[in-house]
Amino acid sequence: MIEITTTRHNHLIDPSLHIWGWEIPVYLFLGGMVAGMMLISGYFLFSGRYKETNCSCYYLPIMSFLLLSLGMFALFLDLEHKPYVWRLYTTFQITSPMSWGSWILVLVYPILFASMLMRPHRLLLEKIPHVKKWHEYLHSKPMLIKYLGVVSMFFGAAIGMYTGVLLSSLGARPLWSSSILWLLFLVSGLSSAAAFVHLIAKNVYERELLAKSDNAFLILELFIITVFLIGLSSNSDVHAKALDLLMTGKYAAVFWVFVIGMGIVIPLFIQLLAVNHKIHHTPIAPIMVIIGGLILRFVIVAAGQYSHWYVLTN
Amino acid sequence: MARFGMVIDTAKCVGCADCVVACETENNVPEGYARDWIKQVATGKFPNTQLEIRSERCNHCSDAPCVTACPTGASHFHDVGGIVLVDHNECIGCKACIASCPYDARFVHPEGYVDKCTFCVHRVEEGLDPACVSVCPTHCMHFGDLDDPNSEVSKLLNSRKHHSLLPEAGTKPNIFYLI
Repeated sequence: MIEITTTRHNHLIDPSLHIWGWEIPVYLFLGGMVAGMMLISGYFLFSGRYKETNCSCYYLPIMSFLLLSLGMFALFLDLEHKPYVWRLYTTFQITSPMSWGSWILVLVYPILFASMLMRPHRLLLEKIPHVKKWHEYLHSKPMLIKYLGVVSMFFGAAIGMYTGVLLSSLGARPLWSSSILWLLFLVSGLSSAAAFVHLIAKNVYERELLAKSDNAFLILELFIITVFLIGLSSNSDVHAKALDLLMTGKYAAVFWVFVIGMGIVIPLFIQLLAVNHKIHHTPIAPIMVIIGGLILRFVIVAAGQYSHWYVLTN
Repeated sequence: MARFGMVIDTAKCVGCADCVVACETENNVPEGYARDWIKQVATGKFPNTQLEIRSERCNHCSDAPCVTACPTGASHFHDVGGIVLVDHNECIGCKACIASCPYDARFVHPEGYVDKCTFCVHRVEEGLDPACVSVCPTHCMHFGDLDDPNSEVSKLLNSRKHHSLLPEAGTKPNIFYLI
C-alpha cells in the first residue's frame, strides 16, 4: 500500500496535469488536416490533374491557408506569455520539436501562396500586375508546377509528422511515449483531409478517388491505432497503466465510441458501400471522419496529460 | 565544471515546511503556488509501515527534458553549476517544459512565464546556500557541488544509502534523499 500526501497545489498542475485545454487539440487537428490537404493538392499538381478546370488543387491552397491560420490563432490563444511570441523566431532550437514546427509553419505559407497563384482571385489578377505576371509564368512552366507539387507534398508531410512528434517527444507523459504517434497523426490528418475534399469536391472523379483513398486511410489508421495500443501494453508498467486510460479508464468511452466507432468504423462501412455502388455517396460519412479526427486529438491530448509517472506509480 | 545538487536526509526531515515558507519569502512566490513542497509517502501494511517525508522541488536534472523541449531557449542550464533556469523574457508560455517534466516541478506564474525553483541562484552566486537549506531547523538539507569529491554532499552520498526520484525517467536528477 502506498499513500501520498503533498502540500503542493499548483494551478493546472495538481491534482493532475491540465495545462493544455481545447486550443492545442484544435491546432493539432487543423495542422494535421492542412497537412493532408497539402499532400492531396500537391499530388494533383504533380500528376497533372490541374489541367482539369474544376480540380480541387485550385481551391485547396486558400482553404489550407485559412484553416492553418485558424489553427495558429488557437495556438496563440494557448500561449500564457503572448507578448513574447516573437521569441520563437529569434532562435532555432534543434532539440525542440516546437521550434522545428514554428519554422516549418513559416515556410509553409510561401508554398501555399505559390499554390494559390495557380488560379488567383479575379480581383487580385486585376489589381496587382505582379500576380498576373507570376500566374502566367507558372502556367508557362509545367515542370515548375510539378516541383511545386513535390514541395507542397514534402512540407505537408512535415507538418503532419510534426504534430505527432510534438507530443511523443514529451517522455514524461507515458501515453505519448510512442514512436508511431507521428504516423497516427499523419494518417489521421490525411484521412480528415480526404474526407473534407470528398465533401466539397466539384469534380466527380476526385470525389470517387478521395472516397476510396479515405477508406484506405481509415483502414491504415485502425491498424496504426492497434499497433499504438499494443506498443503501450508491451512497454513498462507505467505505459501499460496509461493504456488503461483508453482501454477501460476515464477516456475509454469517448475513445471507443467517438474515435473508433463513429469516427472510423461506421464511416468506413458507409463509404465502402458507397464506392461499391450499393448506396449513394453521403456527406454523413466524411463529416463523421472529420469529427472523429478532431475527437482523436482531444482524447490523446487529455489522456496524455493525465498519464503520469507519479500518479500511475507511487 | 561544478554540478550543484542537494542531499536531503529523510531520517531528519519532520515536514515542518519551513523550507517552503523560506522559498516563498525569498523568491516572492505568488500566493497559491509553490516552488518547493513537502511530500509524505507512507508504504507497507500495518504493522510493517514506513513513512518518508521529503522536501521536493525541481531536480535540476543533468539531462533536463525541459531544456530540450523549450522552443526559445528560455529554459537553459546556468553557467554556474548547471542550475536549470527559465529566462522570463524569452519564455512564451507554451508549457512544453511543464509537459516534459516528470516531476511536475514547474508552473505558470500569474504574469505568464513559467516559473520553478532556481536553487536561489542569486544567493548561490554570492556563496550562500539556497534559502530552504539555510532555514531548515533540523539541518536535514545540504547543498553543494556533486562533482567535487570533497564537498559535504559528495561525502554524504558516499557514506549513506540514498535514492533519487524517478531515476527510470532518465533525466539524471541532482537531488538525492538519504534513507
